Amino acid sequence: MQEITREAILARAAELFRDGTVDRALGWRAGEFDYDVTPGVFTSAEELENGFVWNDFCGANFSKYLIRETGLTEKKVLVFLKPCDTYSFNQLLTEHRFAREKVYAVGVPCAGMADPRLLRERFDGVTAAESAEGGVLVHTLYDGDVTLPQEELLADRCRNCKSRKHVAYDELLGSDGEVLDSHRFDEVERLERMTPDERFAFWQNELSRCIRCNACRDVCPACTCEKCVFDNPASGAANKAPSSSFEEQMFHIIRAFHVAGRCTDCGECSRVCPQHIPLHLLNRKFIRDIDRFYGEYQAGAEVGSRAPIVDYTEGDIEPGQAVEGGARHA
Amino acid sequence: MRKIAVSRIQELFAAIAAGQTLYLPVDTKAGAKFEQWESGKQLSSALNTVRSAKDFFFPQTENLMDFRVEGKKIEIIDTRRESEDFVLFGVRACDVRSFTVLDRVFLAEPVDTYYKNRREHGLIMSMSCTRPAETCFCGTFGIDAAEPEGDVVCHMTADTLYLDAKTEKGSALLEGLSALTEDCAAEDEAAVERHRELSHERLSKLPLASLSADRFGADKTDEFFNDPAWKSLSEACLGCGTCTFVCPTCQCYDIQDFDTGHGVKRFRCWDSCMYSDFTKMSAGQPRLTQLERFRQRFMHKLVYYPTNNDGLFSCVGCGRCLSKCPIQMNIVKVMKQLGGKQND
Ligand code: SF4
Ligand code: SF4
Ligand code: SF4
Ligand code: SF4
Repeated sequence: MQEITREAILARAAELFRDGTVDRALGWRAGEFDYDVTPGVFTSAEELENGFVWNDFCGANFSKYLIRETGLTEKKVLVFLKPCDTYSFNQLLTEHRFAREKVYAVGVPCAGMADPRLLRERFDGVTAAESAEGGVLVHTLYDGDVTLPQEELLADRCRNCKSRKHVAYDELLGSDGEVLDSHRFDEVERLERMTPDERFAFWQNELSRCIRCNACRDVCPACTCEKCVFDNPASGAANKAPSSSFEEQMFHIIRAFHVAGRCTDCGECSRVCPQHIPLHLLNRKFIRDIDRFYGEYQAGAEVGSRAPIVDYTEGDIEPGQAVEGGARHA
Repeated sequence: MRKIAVSRIQELFAAIAAGQTLYLPVDTKAGAKFEQWESGKQLSSALNTVRSAKDFFFPQTENLMDFRVEGKKIEIIDTRRESEDFVLFGVRACDVRSFTVLDRVFLAEPVDTYYKNRREHGLIMSMSCTRPAETCFCGTFGIDAAEPEGDVVCHMTADTLYLDAKTEKGSALLEGLSALTEDCAAEDEAAVERHRELSHERLSKLPLASLSADRFGADKTDEFFNDPAWKSLSEACLGCGTCTFVCPTCQCYDIQDFDTGHGVKRFRCWDSCMYSDFTKMSAGQPRLTQLERFRQRFMHKLVYYPTNNDGLFSCVGCGRCLSKCPIQMNIVKVMKQLGGKQND
């Protein structure tokens, strides 16, 4: 159950439309079954009233959509941001991807979002899933109505939430949380403890499922190049097809390097991957290594910060050391 | 109709696999997937595979031909191989219909010989559905999940697998398996009928059971092309093409040359109308924004394909785009928005 109600959000949004502060809002649009929520652009309070949804399945991070929407209006764009979204928001501002004054950001507290996949893995036909006392009330075709504790449906990234604190907003609805002592690096450490062969086998197995849809890249708030090199037939690097397992690895590793120091660990890549590939682990490994070699750094914690790897200093570790892997330096 | 006890299904698989390669859905960490059967591999209990069965006839990538270059001499190498016979077991009604949709594209003149080769060597053993998912809407397109098409139609009850040959190819296969299977009596026919009734009863209770495609179809381009709803439907689309990759009927491909340094590998790979370089020509890509690309996909399923194919829709209601789109946009939402109140 989320702390803030849909009604509270709508009431505030209606005021902002009425007083002319905003002329559009980015919000979650209701679908067929409660859990199939789509990001949407709403252009009036009435539209919000009809289609806006706020429930345990509002995982989508709107920060990246601000690049487009802020360019389409003279007024401000209203956006609702969960704590993790605010890190992406700041990182995009750091990279000058949209103008801060074109946005009215409302922070909304988040109790963790559910992963619709976990629902589908448990039940054959889920027709609805509502927040209820004691968790999520799931209506199913073959197993009747079942109430599950929300923890059992929590998305992986929410289980390992790094922060319940909003690092950017114009106003906050409800209460703010704290930066959490999360266990998000446990899985990275498990990978580090593997032998190189085991680790190679792990990634080969995961990445061999990749269908090169590029959804991970398309949703990523750190991937905002107007024309990705992998989409540009003139680049020589474009590849529509996973023509070998090696290329898939290259794509993902190149992408992970490309967002190193900029990835806020928002978890969108793994959330959207239709093939359940745990892409966030690649990025998390990089975050872990940056923390170890250059001191703790959280991308997006504040606007304007410079990732340590952007600067050269004489104390930088040698590439060879990095290649050997961070594990031994832990 | 023939039958065999479910407890002996591994023997059946072994017997089929003795004559040709057998593929069937098995469970993996990432959902059900068609894999080659080998001793001990269990049939998945999932309703359907994550990727559709079209991969067997229209693979994501395939090498069409090679060119070897030596000085000014170019040698053309035909990389085609005659396919071996194979059996696809456990294909659902929606996916079997998708082969009809693909056939009309690839087997029309000029015939795609790569596709034809694989199609001729494949035999479909379909399986009726008794636990359809909330995302299933095959009925919308006149597909009966209780009685799929295919060379051999299978119905699986708690203890018995019924096998019903529908084509010559199918009869020949069952003929070869006759030592393992038994002939069916009237009570077996009744059991299959009860199985179908259960299936129909459950299909009728699906949340999308009343979704109608009547408003769409041949020659409706003008009616829907400029509908203002396309804007809000497409506004969050990432252009990732996942919907086209998991779709059993999406059939667009690109042909590209890969420079090997001493020659060229010419390969074909799936393309997607959702991509910015789809059908890119010297003058550019005709669909400039994501709205136009998005519209292409759904208009193709609901209007353009029926226009060119005697009214046949090229969506089979498998529901994959409902469960796989990263932003949870899909053909049902499109049909409901464009179809107006009637589809609410
Ligand atoms: S989203 Fe998944 S399947 Fe698609 S390109 Fe990324 S890793 Fe591959
Ligand atoms: S899967 Fe969804 S986001 Fe991706 S191209 Fe299709 S409609 Fe757009
Ligand atoms: S459009 Fe969607 S529901 Fe229709 S056949 Fe393709 S993936 Fe299945
Ligand atoms: S769409 Fe129909 S045929 Fe396909 S899996 Fe669902 S119930 Fe079976």
